[in-house]
Parts: sequence; C-alpha cells; structure tokens
Amino acid sequence: MESDVLVVDDSAAIRKILQRVLRQTGMAIRTIHEAGDGQEALELLKANTVHLVLTDINMPKMDGLQLLAALKADAHWRNVPVVMITTEGGEAKVGDAVRLGAAGYVRKPFTADQIKEKLVGILQPALPL
Amino acid sequence: MNLNLQDFIVNSIDQSTSQVFSTMLGVEVARGAFTLETSAPGSNDGVVSFIGVAGSWAGSGSLSCSPFLACRICSQMLLTETSSVNEEVLDAVAELTNMIIGSVKTDLEAKLGPLGLSIPTVVYGRNFKTKSAGHAEWIVVRFHWDAEELEVKLCLAPHEKNAHPFSHTESQACALEV
Repeated sequence: MESDVLVVDDSAAIRKILQRVLRQTGMAIRTIHEAGDGQEALELLKANTVHLVLTDINMPKMDGLQLLAALKADAHWRNVPVVMITTEGGEAKVGDAVRLGAAGYVRKPFTADQIKEKLVGILQPALPL
Repeated sequence: MNLNLQDFIVNSIDQSTSQVFSTMLGVEVARGAFTLETSAPGSNDGVVSFIGVAGSWAGSGSLSCSPFLACRICSQMLLTETSSVNEEVLDAVAELTNMIIGSVKTDLEAKLGPLGLSIPTVVYGRNFKTKSAGHAEWIVVRFHWDAEELEVKLCLAPHEKNAHPFSHTESQACALEV
C-alpha cells in the first residue's frame, strides 16, 4: 500500500528538501502534498487523504502547534501521525507539541538519515516502509 | 552585555553556522574574525536577511552575503543550478538564517529564558543601508566559503518594559505587567 504525505512549511526551500528526503527514505509514498501554513494545510485536507503530516512550527496565519491541535480535535484526522520539523528546540515548545499529541519532533538542521530514523521509529505501523 | 554572554553568543553563532552548513549543504565553512559594531553600517550590496528575537531580551539576527554566494548556497542546499538571485535563492537564504539564528536562540534560552523568533525577511539590492532602531551592539562573526565571505550578526539587549502612569513598590504585584 502506498501512502500520501503532507509537508507543511512556509519555506519552499524546506518543502523541496523534505520532498527529496522523503523519496530517499525508501518508504512507499504515492503523493507528497505541500502547504505553506496551517490554514492552507487544513484546506488541502478537505479534499485529500494523508497518512502522515510533517509540519514546521513557526509559520504565518496558523502555526504548526495550532495545526496539530486542530488535527487532534478532528475525529477524522486524530490518528494521523504528526511530526514537527522545526528550529524550535526549547523545552517549552517540545513540551507543547508532546502534550498536543505530536508523534515526533525533529530539529532543523536535519539530515536525511535523521528524518528516516525518526519516521521508522514512530510510523512503522502507519506507513509501509 | 557582559563578556561571558558575548563569548557565549560568538561560540553559539560559530557552532550553529558550522552545523547548519555542514548538515544542510554538506559544506565546511571557515570561521573568520568577529567584531562588535555600534555605528550605523555603510552601504550594502547583496543579500541581507533579518529575523527578530523577542522575550526578556530582544533584538535581531542577520545574515548577509554577496549575490554570488546566495546563489551558491541555494544551489548546494536545493541541488539545483542557480545563477541569478530569484525567489528560490531568497527563500533558501531566509531558511538558512532561520536555522542558524533559531539554533542560537535555543542555546540562549538556557541562559535568558524563553525567547520567540519572528518570520525572516530577506532584502536583495544595491547601495542600500540598514539600521536597527535600538542602540545595542551587533556581534558580527565572519565565515568563509572558499573566497566568499558570509556575515552572521546578532544584536540583543535586555527588554525594557513600557513605563506606565501607576507607581508601586517592587514588592507589589502590578496588574499592568503581564
């Protein structure tokens, strides 16, 4: 089974890098959707199914923590793993993400191996590898 | 700013910049001199990005480089050929600034408490001037990638609360101070 992934980051550069990194992981991915902020992500989810969300935290309009809270409050998306990929490394932000139900947390800068290791560790049941 | 904090920031900028270049671009940059700048900077040519830092201490982080180096950063980071400054180049420089100053901010939080980071802004042009509204010194750390120079700067000062018309002793809680 192939899966669909949503990458949310206001930086087109990071979205492009994550596209490449996700393809390099060897996971069976069909489509990688992109959104520039939380609002755009929620709009995109109205018309698409995804099995994994990778999101930045600091974004305009709706940040990654607000997006995470919105997904966990929605019965349809509650069980989709959300991984935060962000420069925010402070304990407060990590704690907020964990409390809201984030499946993982990766700090920028990241390597392809770090992303793969994190996804393998937490998403194996959700995503065929 | 005391010398310990200044040294801490210089070391943090050094380590963060080296790590971001090494991890995201696969490039080792060479650390150059560091200086303190208080006067208004001269004219700039090239690409300059800014990101705001806020909290009990507030200020700005900045990264500046030539258009050639900005294109080289973008090409290496995104694995694309780029020969002129376009939206993709500015976005790559903005994200690089976000990662470097974000990493410095995380280091500083251990000493200064929680800090926030703004969305970065990037400027590209010729013969323009930049100025911070505050009077704090800029810590400027230079790096070299072959013959090209990159400057990473941070300006940070204790954040003063706004004065208000009610007087009270230090031991009294003030409803206006949140």
